Amino acid sequence: MSIILEQLLNGLTIGSFYALIALGYSMVYGVMKLINFAHGDLFALGSYLGYTLLVWSAGAVSQRFGLWGGMAAALLFAFFAVGCVGVLMERVAYRPVQKSGRLPLVVSALGVSIFLENLIMAVWGPRYQAYPASVVPTYTISLGWFHITSMQLFILILSFVLMLILYYVVQKTTFGAAIRATALDKEMATMLGIDVGKITLFIFFLGPALGGMAGVMNGMYYRQISFVMGWNYGLKAFTATILGGIGNIPAAMLGGLLLGLVEMFGAAYISSAWKDVFTFLILILILIFRPTGLIGEKVAEKV
Amino acid sequence: MSELLVLKDVVVSYGAVTALKGVSIKLNEGQIIAVLGANGAGKSTMLKSISKIVPLKEGKIFYKGKEMASLSAHDLAFQGISHVPEGRRVFPTLTVEENLNLGSYGARKRLLDEEVEETKKWIFELFPVLAERKNQLAGTLSGGEQQMLAIGRGLIAKPTLLLLDEPSLGLAPILVKEIFNAIRKIHEESGTSILLVEQNAKKALAESDYAYILETGKISIEGPASELAGDERVKAAYLGGSAVTKKE
Repeated sequence: MSIILEQLLNGLTIGSFYALIALGYSMVYGVMKLINFAHGDLFALGSYLGYTLLVWSAGAVSQRFGLWGGMAAALLFAFFAVGCVGVLMERVAYRPVQKSGRLPLVVSALGVSIFLENLIMAVWGPRYQAYPASVVPTYTISLGWFHITSMQLFILILSFVLMLILYYVVQKTTFGAAIRATALDKEMATMLGIDVGKITLFIFFLGPALGGMAGVMNGMYYRQISFVMGWNYGLKAFTATILGGIGNIPAAMLGGLLLGLVEMFGAAYISSAWKDVFTFLILILILIFRPTGLIGEKVAEKV
Repeated sequence: MSELLVLKDVVVSYGAVTALKGVSIKLNEGQIIAVLGANGAGKSTMLKSISKIVPLKEGKIFYKGKEMASLSAHDLAFQGISHVPEGRRVFPTLTVEENLNLGSYGARKRLLDEEVEETKKWIFELFPVLAERKNQLAGTLSGGEQQMLAIGRGLIAKPTLLLLDEPSLGLAPILVKEIFNAIRKIHEESGTSILLVEQNAKKALAESDYAYILETGKISIEGPASELAGDERVKAAYLGGSAVTKKE
């Protein structure tokens, strides 16, 4: 019983990372029809930026604001900084080639990915870096037979709150409807007075920002970060996006959580060495049998 | 009556193809103007040039006496121009009500919330089926219902000028009648000026004050709608009247 619960928590935790990254993939795909292959590296960049803030002058931020204050500062810093990098990326690498079609866009995205990965290596070095134990809480909360680390609880709560806010904004507000309309038909959206440029800017800020925040959470959780981590997480989150159904916000959340659970239960009951195999097996199966994803089914447009 | 919209020698081209070769039209406030023509004559391009979806190569467009050169396409809804495009283009995965509400998005800074609600009520009176289906996804509506939604989405912004692109296209005769009745009612009840692009010449001429005939990017004939309805050339080409005489 306790192993099931433990894997459930682990799965949901890692699933939250996937879900937060998947949201960025899905939103960007929605407005630009682009698989942003640099998205995983933005996640890694967030991880490094949060790390830098926390270890800066021997953990001055955590000493000044306390453990939780330091964490909040690192998360917010990564959120805004990576969001700005995302906006810059759209301006420099995507907008100029957008008119040339989808293939140049994808190539450009791969270019940004390679650039970011090497930038991280050049700045922080090729070796693993570690979030020091002194900047993250390490205690465990126990209620009888139920145990959860404070870090896990924090990650789960924060991710779910973020996803709920995003879900509300996108599905229930007029601004969210404008985002969905832009994703469906840019020209028509423009004719209704929606500034598609502004919506694109918003998406390219928010998607990377959430990914950057997930990067910091990931660093705090595993403590160890590396400049190549973006590739692996990027692919996993991409799988989650496809699993749920690309371009659909709730689907990305579902796909991420589901994938985290599959990985963790697979690792526990079959073999942890096969963890990545499960992920990519799911990717292949879903592409063959249900390419629209679990809930990404489009309503046929009657003409 | 003052001039609301004036197109002066408008030229539009897509790459090597010139779709509009110097088109001039005029629409006075409160009028319904029809632009008729066959497929590919440039009718939709003309409306898109007014909406700034396609750029002008030459010529000028004046709206309320001012040139629109400095405006962006997404400013036009605020300026009081609503474009109901060919093929309806409702957002299929949004609900009927979400589609309608988005119609007021660009105009929300000049309209009060109560005005929008009031206009919505009026639209629901015009097209009761939209009220019945307001929580349904727009993609599940029939073609005629989607057309009503598209028109409603254009009206909710309380436009000064409504651009209607082939509202009767692909609809059953009974629905065509219903749509044209609705257009008349909209004009009567709101006084909105309408620029109506149509292939259904007979119906369009019956509803409009003045009409232009567009042929391969040029205006070939123009005149008051009642005159055009009796014009031999128009009858021959667009009303299917004297096909026999043409043969001889």
